Amino acid sequence: MEYLGQYKAVYKAKSGCEDILAKAQDGGIVTSMFAYALETGIIDGAIVAGPGSEPYKPEPMIATTVEELFASRGTKYSVSPNLALIKEATRSYGLDKIGIVGTPCQIQAVRKGQLYPIGLRDVPDKIALALGIFCMENFPYQGLFQMVEDHCATKIDNVTKMDIGKGKFSVYTERGVNSQIPLKVTHKYEQPGCHVCLDYVANMADISTGSVGTPDGWSTVFVRSAAGEAAFNKAVEAGWIVAESMDGVKPGLELVEKLATEKITKNQKYLEHRAHKEHAALKPLRNPYI
Amino acid sequence: MGLLDKLKGLLFGNEAVSEGKQDAKPGAKPADAKVEQKPIITKPKEEKPVADKITVGHVHMSGCTGCLVSLADNYEGLLTILDKYADLVYCLTLADVRHIPKMDVALVEGSVCINDECSMEEILETRENAAIVVALGGCACYGNTTRFCRGGQQNQPQHEGYLPIGDLIKVDVYIPACAPTPQQIRNVCLMAYLLLKGNDEQKALATAYLTPLMNLAAAGTEACGCDLMTEVINQGLCCGCGSCAAACPVRAVTMQYGKPQIERDLCIKCGACYAQCPRSFFSFDVCGQYESITNLIAEVMKP
Repeated sequence: MEYLGQYKAVYKAKSGCEDILAKAQDGGIVTSMFAYALETGIIDGAIVAGPGSEPYKPEPMIATTVEELFASRGTKYSVSPNLALIKEATRSYGLDKIGIVGTPCQIQAVRKGQLYPIGLRDVPDKIALALGIFCMENFPYQGLFQMVEDHCATKIDNVTKMDIGKGKFSVYTERGVNSQIPLKVTHKYEQPGCHVCLDYVANMADISTGSVGTPDGWSTVFVRSAAGEAAFNKAVEAGWIVAESMDGVKPGLELVEKLATEKITKNQKYLEHRAHKEHAALKPLRNPYI
Repeated sequence: MGLLDKLKGLLFGNEAVSEGKQDAKPGAKPADAKVEQKPIITKPKEEKPVADKITVGHVHMSGCTGCLVSLADNYEGLLTILDKYADLVYCLTLADVRHIPKMDVALVEGSVCINDECSMEEILETRENAAIVVALGGCACYGNTTRFCRGGQQNQPQHEGYLPIGDLIKVDVYIPACAPTPQQIRNVCLMAYLLLKGNDEQKALATAYLTPLMNLAAAGTEACGCDLMTEVINQGLCCGCGSCAAACPVRAVTMQYGKPQIERDLCIKCGACYAQCPRSFFSFDVCGQYESITNLIAEVMKP
C-alpha cells in the first residue's frame, strides 16, 4: 500500500448538497469540503481552478465565498498553476487560513514551500487545508484543445463536461456523450513533466480524493493529516458530505492501488532511463529527487 | 516517531535548563559598567544559561541589510532562538563586537566588493573562523542586485567589482531569495543546531534537510529566472504548479498557458524561483514528514 501514502481513513463519499452534485465531476468532494470550511471559518479563502479566458482553460482564482467557489466546479483537464497565488492570497487578499486544491505535484510544492519557504514569506503557517486530487497526467491547454477539437471532432465551446475513466477520454455536450477516444491516443499530448511524477493519490495532502475505486457519482476519499481528519469529520457531521465505508466497494482500493503502482513504476523506469546509464555517450538528464 | 520524541526531549530538556539560570543576568547596572563590559563582550554567553547552544554570527558584506531585517522579522521567534539554541556572537547593530570571532555558523549577507580591502579581509576571516558558512540572500549567493542592478549605489566611485561570496571562498549552505524569508532563516538555524548538537538521528534529519541547500551552494554562483527554462522546462521537468511565480519578489514570473514566462529585464537574479520549484529539488524523506516537522518547529519555537 506504500504507493497510496499514509492515511488515517478511507471512504466512499459524495456531497450532501444537491446543488454541488448537479455540476460535480464525481462526488463533489472538493467543492463541498471548501464550502463547509468557508462557512465555518476553517479557511477564509480557497485557491481553486476557476474559469479562464477560453473554454476549459483553467485559471487559478481565490474564492472567498461559496458563490465564487461554485464557479470552479468540475474538472478541467489542463494545468492550473494554483501555487502562483499562494503568496498573493496572504497579501492582497489578506488570508490567514488558506485552502488550496491541487494535483499531487502541486501538493508536493505546497509541502516543499512550507518546509523550504525560500520565496514564500509568512506563507508556511497559513496553509489550513490542502486538498489533493488523484492524477495520472495532465495536458497543456493546446494539447487538450487538439484532443477535443481534432480527435473528438467537437467544438470545445459546446462541451459541457469532459471525463477520463475506464480507459477512455469522453467529451459530453448537452446531447450527452458526444465522443470517446481511447486514452492511448491522448498520451502524446501529456505534459512532459508528468512523466517524472511519483505520486498518484496526492500522498501529502490533508485529504485526497478522486473517482477511481468507487461507483459513478461517488468519490474515493483518503483522510491523511490531523487537520484533514478534523475538517472531514465535521463536514460529515454537518451533512455537507455523505461518507460510507470502503469495505466491499467495487472496484475499490484494489483498483486505486493498481493504477498507483502502474503510474509510479512506469515513471520510476523513465527516471532511470533519463540517467542514460545504457548509453555512455549520453549525459544524464537532471533528476529532481534527492 | 521515536526520532521526533527524542528530538523534543532534547529541545525541551534545554528549556528547563534555560529557565533556571536566566534570571541571574540583570546584574549589569549602568554604574558598574566601566571595566565590567569587556569580559561580557569577549565571552558573551550570559554565564551559559543553556549548556550547548551553537554560536551564530551575521556578517554584513555589500548588501542592503534586508537579510538582517528578515532575520529580525522572526520577532519573538528570534528571542526564542537566542534563548535556547544560539548565541549571536557577531552582528551589525545587534551585537557589539568589532572583529569576526570563532563561531559555528556564519550567516553572510551581501556580495564582496573586491575593490575594498576591508571586505576582502573580512570574508577571508569569516571562512577561517566559521565552521559553517551560509550565504544569506541573493547577493551573497548570486550577486543579485549588487551585481546586476547597480544604479550608481557605490560607496566610492572605484567600487565596481561585486562578487558572490562563493566566488571567493567555499560556501556550505545557500539561502537564496531577496529577501530570504524569516521562516527559511529560522529553519536553517534550527537545523544547524540539530546538526551540531543533536544525536545521530537528529543529525540525519538535519543533514537531509540541509542537503539541497548545500547542493545549491555547490552548484555555483549564477542564478537567473532563465534557470526555469534551462534547468526545469528544457529538462522536461516542469509540472506547471506556479511556485516560481509566487516566489519571485519582483513579479518577473507570470504563468502563461501553464508554464512560467520570465520578464528578464525585471529579474534581479536572486535565485528564489528556481530554488522554490518542486522540480529543482525535492526530498520525499523531508517533505513526506512535513506534518511532524512543522509541528515540531511550532513547538520548539514556543517562548
